[in-house]
Amino acid sequence: MGRLKTITRRSFLVGSVAIGGGVAFGTYLAMRNLPNPVAATLAPDEASFNPWVLISPEKVTLITPHADKGQGVASAQAALIAEELDIEFGQFEIDFGQPDQAYYNTAMAEEGVPFMSTDTSVVAEATRAVMGSAFKILGVQGTGGSTSMPDSFDKLRYAAAIARETLKLAASQQSGVPVDQLTTKEGAVHLPDGSRIAYTALAPLAAELEPVSDVVLRAPSEWRLVGQPMERLDIEGKTTGSTRYGIDVDRDGMLHATVRLNPRKGGVLNGYDASAAKTMRGVRDIFEITNGVAIVADNTWRAFKAAEAIGIDWGPAPYPADQADHWDTLDASFTDDHLDRTWRNDGAVDSAAGNVIEATYRSPYVAHQPLEPLNATVLVTDDQVEVWTGHQMPVFLQQQVAKVTGHDAEAVIFHNHFIGGSFGHRLELDFVKQAAEVANRMRGTPIKMTYSRETDFAQDFPRHISMAKGRGTVADGKVIALDLQIAAPSVITSQMGRLGLSVPGPDIQIAAGAWNNPYSIDNFRLRAYRASELAPTSSWRAVGAPGAGFFFDSLLDETIHAAGADPMAERIRLMTHEVSRTVLETVAEMSDWGAPLAPGQGKGVAFVESFGVPTAEVVLVTDTDAGIRIDAVWVACDVGTVIDPVNFENQVEGGVIFGLGHAMNCEITYADGMAEQANYYDHEAMRIWQTPRIFVKGLENGTKVRGIGEPPVPPAAPALANAIFAATGKRIRQMPFNKFVDFV
Amino acid sequence: MKLTVNGTEHDVDVEDDMPLLWVLRDELNLKGTKYGCGVAQCGACTVHLDGQAVRSCQVAAIDASGARITTIEGLAQQDAMQAVQEAWIEHQVAQCGYCQSGQIMQAASLLAERQDPSDDDIDNAMGGNLCRCGTYPRIRAAIHTAAQKLQGT
Ligand code: FES
Ligand code: FES
Repeated sequence: MGRLKTITRRSFLVGSVAIGGGVAFGTYLAMRNLPNPVAATLAPDEASFNPWVLISPEKVTLITPHADKGQGVASAQAALIAEELDIEFGQFEIDFGQPDQAYYNTAMAEEGVPFMSTDTSVVAEATRAVMGSAFKILGVQGTGGSTSMPDSFDKLRYAAAIARETLKLAASQQSGVPVDQLTTKEGAVHLPDGSRIAYTALAPLAAELEPVSDVVLRAPSEWRLVGQPMERLDIEGKTTGSTRYGIDVDRDGMLHATVRLNPRKGGVLNGYDASAAKTMRGVRDIFEITNGVAIVADNTWRAFKAAEAIGIDWGPAPYPADQADHWDTLDASFTDDHLDRTWRNDGAVDSAAGNVIEATYRSPYVAHQPLEPLNATVLVTDDQVEVWTGHQMPVFLQQQVAKVTGHDAEAVIFHNHFIGGSFGHRLELDFVKQAAEVANRMRGTPIKMTYSRETDFAQDFPRHISMAKGRGTVADGKVIALDLQIAAPSVITSQMGRLGLSVPGPDIQIAAGAWNNPYSIDNFRLRAYRASELAPTSSWRAVGAPGAGFFFDSLLDETIHAAGADPMAERIRLMTHEVSRTVLETVAEMSDWGAPLAPGQGKGVAFVESFGVPTAEVVLVTDTDAGIRIDAVWVACDVGTVIDPVNFENQVEGGVIFGLGHAMNCEITYADGMAEQANYYDHEAMRIWQTPRIFVKGLENGTKVRGIGEPPVPPAAPALANAIFAATGKRIRQMPFNKFVDFV
Repeated sequence: MKLTVNGTEHDVDVEDDMPLLWVLRDELNLKGTKYGCGVAQCGACTVHLDGQAVRSCQVAAIDASGARITTIEGLAQQDAMQAVQEAWIEHQVAQCGYCQSGQIMQAASLLAERQDPSDDDIDNAMGGNLCRCGTYPRIRAAIHTAAQKLQGT
């Protein structure tokens, strides 16, 4: 058994260890003896090691622990490793790895700190570091907050570079050729005489060596893969129908289950009558679970059908039954005792002199509803639990499942899968707990629990609602002051509360996308108010920024119009942050901002910074007899480094469509404690015929690498509202917009 | 009852009204066809019945018996399909990919009817196929590319 040797690289350690005839290179945590994901193959004293590169005599495997829900991150993680390892796509396999606390996500923690991403002061950076260690302790191996790339960018490349140099050292010892005469290419070490030794052949020897610590990451000018268009590793399977998602899992002897849960989320089950359902064909069992009833059958459709045949008496909702009360709660929350934090207080808003406009804005509950319905397959035996599903929080999943079944967390084996969309939905664990509850009752039988689409809608924890009151002051054709107040229930409290965790301090998401805007407005105040908890909510793609970004940018746009200024020119004038200003200037140029428009046309611009990515969008609409048609969208954003320009463009297009579509026609409303929307016909978002031409430009002036999964979403809604105003003179202050205008 | 799927005849013992979708997925273990909504709203379950794109969640098993059923697994054997799949890979269409079996089945059926579809033809034919990830611009582009490939051959 090899030794674990390590090298400190900034906040993480890189090391190597022998495993099963081969070698693993990876990172580990020095300070804590955390449980190990490959415990079965490692000695006890090596317990906190996390492999990224596994080289056995047979094959090379790259571990890509960030969950892939369509953002292409499995490929991107592999590309970062392959870049430094000198191995080609097609020469390795990928594996999502086992959950482990040491795969903690430093970047995700950094996103939670109350400093602007443009703030690189010592205090801000130090706080980010502290949050990083808090995440270590919580064991957050997570995927979210557009953090996969920031988290992986250095870590993976260092691990791969150290692997490469250690393999070269092994080749040198084996061949007698000095290291400086060796090169690496296509998964092999090349000797001066033209011969090559495959990495796989060097694995046993490399395992015996001290890992080479003296490595330098390649300069961007030397990159072969990063920054180039790649063929995503998952693209072929997703094009031939062969990719297996969680919902496609099939185990020997498996039964199919579904659940009926109180649609008044969190309410109790008073009683039920399953006598008719029990006799239906294929039904194996029906029993009570937490807040609902489980139906087990030999086919998913039979389970769905039996579920509908059960008469159920549900208890009341633990939140206001009707939507109007939710809005009233927010409306009553703009008071000192609800003040969560004054995020900005630049200049002196109250004494700014000029003409004042006032407006109130609303952002509704919106459902996640990725196309793959929530599902999980679980097999419980006395010794262990196996779980097959796609999830963004593997360590929490283990802990929660273990709680349900009474096993130790280490006895929970998790097989992560490609996910058929998430948008935040797969951060939640209730569906996995329900599957575990059913499987625990039926120990020895694998149970695949699938939600019907209707259950998925009814049980979705949507994006939080929020409301804002804004005042804008203008003088001499300029914006002089903005004063924005935002009230919302805390989505973080709701979401973390379901995990039994509480997060101290203000909720950064109430005003995310608004407080952190990098404009220099002379007088700017932003106050966030925390309303009491209403319906349970969860992170929805970009979390707080789609709502708060809409409020801030709409208020800015209205104020600019009140000043009689040009919406683009005035934004650029107010933007002193260099990188962000370039983003605005770029989108102005791309969209030919000043060009004359045809009758009925209108252009709107919006800028929102979220997850450290300044993003500007221009929307062009035409007011037709049949309604508003969205003709084109131009997007410019700065992510520091674009990993794969093709996937980048795809993500931006998708984000714009997601942002526009939900702003057009989606909301969840409550009546009698239940969501009134049951399937896609009630909550449709964008269809292909409504899809505009979208032009994308990724800039690389920022200093940190950033993720692109979320940032294109928030500016879409305000840019559309601003365009509709430009075309029609009608100002829309509330999503969804189809309450006020028709769309073609 | 007997069902002919991708050229193979299967004997299945299911209720007459079990949707074809669930016969394919849970009885025949053909998992490429997806469940998204169950109510003809998303198109994830699209298969071909005698060459026509249909929503398999809306077709009763009994109505499919006697027809030629083609799923994404079977389409790969056909020329039109190869062109579509190649174009889909070329444009790197998929994000989560969950809708793409249905999108591809719908696109193949469009291309069988129209050699060179316009954007309007595409919007009309593909309007029932939801993509929550928003890959629509790439779907449009890939269909045009597939049309060119087919005309070139
Ligand atoms: S599952 Fe058939 S159309 Fe959605
Ligand atoms: S690629 Fe995710 S739903 Fe279409």
